[in-house]
Amino acid sequence: MDMITNISGAVCLIIGSFLCISGGIGILRFPDFYTRMHAVGVTDTLGAGMILIGLMFYSPDFLTFSKLVMILLLTLLIGPTTSHVLAKSAMYNGLMPELKQKDNVKETN
Amino acid sequence: MKTHTISLFFTLATFWLLNSGHNTLLILLLGLASICLVIAIVHRMDVVDHESQPIHLTQNIFSYLLWLIKEVIHSNIIVIKHIWLGNKSISPTLRRIRVSQKTDMGKVIYANSINLTPGTVTIDLIDDEVVVHALLQKDIETLLAGEMDRRVSLLER
Repeated sequence: MDMITNISGAVCLIIGSFLCISGGIGILRFPDFYTRMHAVGVTDTLGAGMILIGLMFYSPDFLTFSKLVMILLLTLLIGPTTSHVLAKSAMYNGLMPELKQKDNVKETN
Repeated sequence: MKTHTISLFFTLATFWLLNSGHNTLLILLLGLASICLVIAIVHRMDVVDHESQPIHLTQNIFSYLLWLIKEVIHSNIIVIKHIWLGNKSISPTLRRIRVSQKTDMGKVIYANSINLTPGTVTIDLIDDEVVVHALLQKDIETLLAGEMDRRVSLLER
């Protein structure tokens, strides 16, 4: 039993780390502000989620486990809210996204 | 109003118990006192209602959350794939999308769900339209098809 929780915890941690690294590479690679924000989305949903779930496998008692669940829920609420606030303030300050088709900017304004 | 207060009391009590972990009488009484104080304050602020305590959503929210988790994992995989494929493979799109939800709560759930799935970000919510920026043209088409919209509307009733 101990073996199984250990291995599944380790697998979750590895997947989580891979997702976080990919998110970081996305931030460096993508061309503009808005597309970079999508890369951050990977890090703060599934990346943080998988790391926290991996840590849950290692938690010694119920209290630690429940605190990790709380952190997970808060991350899932805060992540999208902050990215929305960032996108909105960028938009209102006149930063236009680089788009594939130029014509749908008109449609939006 | 009454049920909302009771639900708030139990939420705060669970939060206190899980965070403290001490079971002595003094600590529990202090916890009870602080919960009563918080409830008195939020009543004075007049914020205990169906928006801060959305208990009417309880019966449908779990199936929606399961579906949302599935969507989040799916779109995570797609975004990761495009991160490694590079800039040539993405097609950033900005688009207005009509929302069919009537209540503020429903609109907020919809906008937050769009934000939670990587690859799409809600930039603005004006009356009954959301402005969405997507990493891929395909994501916008998926949203326009309205699967998520329909599920959030089901949640509202």
